[in-house]
Amino acid sequence: MDQFLQTLMGALAIGSLYALIALGYTMVYGILKFINFAHSDVVVLGAWGSLVFARWAERTAGWSQTPWYLGGVVLIAAMVLCGTVGFLVERLAYKPLRRAPRINVLITAIGVSLFLQNTGQLEAVFGTRPASIPRLVGDRTIAQIGLVKIEMLDVVGLFTALSFMLGLDWLVFRTKIGRAMRAVSFNPQTAGLMGVPVDRVISFTFVLGSMLAATGGFLWALKYSQVNQPADTGWTLLGLKAFVAAVVGGIGNVRGAMLGGLAIGLLEQFGSAYLSSSLSDVYVFSLLIVVLLFRPSGILGSTAVEKV
Amino acid sequence: MSHETPPTPGLVSSLVRGYMPFVVAVGVAIVMQVVVRPNVDPYPAKLLLDIGINCILAVSLTMVNGFTGQFSMGHAGFMAVGGYASGAITYYTSMRVWGAGEARGGVLSGMLGGEGLPWLTVGDGLFLFSLIVGGVVAAGLGYLVGLPSLRLKGDYLAIVTLGFGEIVRVVIQQTSPVLTSAEEVRQATILQLPTHVGGSLGFSGIPYYTGLFWVYLGVCVTLIVAFRLKTSTFGRAFLSIRNDEIAAEAMGVNTTRYKVWAFVIAAFFAGIAGGLFSHTLGVGLSPEAAGFLRSFDVIIMVVLGGLGSISGAVAAAIIVTLLPEWLRGVAEYRMIIYALALILIMIFRPKGLFGVREVWDRATWAWLSRRKSGTGARGGARE
Repeated sequence: MDQFLQTLMGALAIGSLYALIALGYTMVYGILKFINFAHSDVVVLGAWGSLVFARWAERTAGWSQTPWYLGGVVLIAAMVLCGTVGFLVERLAYKPLRRAPRINVLITAIGVSLFLQNTGQLEAVFGTRPASIPRLVGDRTIAQIGLVKIEMLDVVGLFTALSFMLGLDWLVFRTKIGRAMRAVSFNPQTAGLMGVPVDRVISFTFVLGSMLAATGGFLWALKYSQVNQPADTGWTLLGLKAFVAAVVGGIGNVRGAMLGGLAIGLLEQFGSAYLSSSLSDVYVFSLLIVVLLFRPSGILGSTAVEKV
Repeated sequence: MSHETPPTPGLVSSLVRGYMPFVVAVGVAIVMQVVVRPNVDPYPAKLLLDIGINCILAVSLTMVNGFTGQFSMGHAGFMAVGGYASGAITYYTSMRVWGAGEARGGVLSGMLGGEGLPWLTVGDGLFLFSLIVGGVVAAGLGYLVGLPSLRLKGDYLAIVTLGFGEIVRVVIQQTSPVLTSAEEVRQATILQLPTHVGGSLGFSGIPYYTGLFWVYLGVCVTLIVAFRLKTSTFGRAFLSIRNDEIAAEAMGVNTTRYKVWAFVIAAFFAGIAGGLFSHTLGVGLSPEAAGFLRSFDVIIMVVLGGLGSISGAVAAAIIVTLLPEWLRGVAEYRMIIYALALILIMIFRPKGLFGVREVWDRATWAWLSRRKSGTGARGGARE
């Protein structure tokens, strides 16, 4: 029972991170119909950006104790940074390819991913060594059930992730810009004819996705405190798993991405706890293949009829 | 009505048609080993070897990503499977039969080639056999991966193949350490041996059979098959899928079948390349060989060369192999330069440097003369 609860907590914590990152993939896929391979690198940027900013703030301010609001400020800084980068990437790399075949956009996305990764690797940027982020959230246990401790850190992470997801859900389904996003995703040409500023909506989507990625990176850095070098394969794997989450939930579907993220988190954590921990990546990719074979549109996705 | 129906050109006939090129291939490979190798230093020889292996990888991936217009990102996975399979065969067979894991090749194998040895020995036969088995194992996996996932389009396929490469890497990491003594090897059953390939530490002790002869034989065979595929009915079907899948289907091309074939053939050659790679002196075969960084390298070659241009892929393989040597001073910028090149090529030359054309097609250089009137195709070619 204790192990079950512990695993469940872990699964929720990691699943909500996957969900946050999956949202970025799913929104971009919904609108532009391509996998934004560079998304995982924006997550890295979020993690490293928060790390650098938190360190800088601690050094310059010289607090004896980290103030409670520093976490929020760091998060906002990371979001602004990632949002800017996301905007620039879309403008400079993807926009010229609006009418190009999908495979070209895919290759460009790989190029952007490699570019961000290896720029981050430069000594002048983040360097090639892992670093650790200062403690931004108090190291406290808030509740204890049996042997299972519920850590402050996990609760804050889960709460942040969930509130961002709810906020996004509201944005997409209840606001004007959200309606524009859905319209462009449904049919860009028609949306354009109806007066939706398509390019601006696409930019907005990228900025939004990148900000969520920043949040994901920030929470990741907080959770594991050690942040690996930007080209570490773990980051690419993280991105891939988040993408799998988006596909499992139904790509292009915002709520599906959240559900998929949690599903992947549960599968991975319970698989590791009860079967074999070294094969956790294999479970995730096997799930992907199974979903693609039997329900390619994902859990919540609707099957689109292909028009010739 | 007894007139003969014309033979339908199938895969086999289009591959085996004419044996002359293969004779030439053997000739080229022998020249590389016997004439070129003794006259260059070990370091350039190693570069020649790397270029050859990368050529095989790039040309084989061209069949999937170029001819057929699919997008495989797990090429390193096939390569690693081939490498491990053939490495396990030569290593454990040598241990079982001769009691030691060293290479027992003739003049044509290895980087040195001994004096007074026969040109080919039993060891070389074993190596060739292991290469082919490695290729077949990789091709079998290519079939397994290809069959279900080719129902998927573009991006999904990319992700599944990427996931496949990762699964290969993780599975290899779980294997047990290499058996190093002859007794252990003799006691183990045949089925146990494939699980002892080193895990995350890497598979060391594979005999060094790979030399310029084997690599360039592989390169030539790959090139012959690729060119013949491209100009055969089979290859036309590939290209038709790439150009317009729906139209191809409407014309009666069994798109799934051809896509799977492209996958299987490409995986076979990737497996061969893996076998050549794993038997190279100074190469530690590790699970990382299946990682996506390696796959990305091959993709860069294919895209640079032009998706579908065989000679372009070869040229790009040469450039990508030599570039780190030229960029040694700015090594940390190397990947950034690749990445920018990838993006810029996609934006300004969406079909890659050469497109589907070959380097010697005049039309390839037409864009140069069009832009600068006065310089002809030859003037462009020099740039």
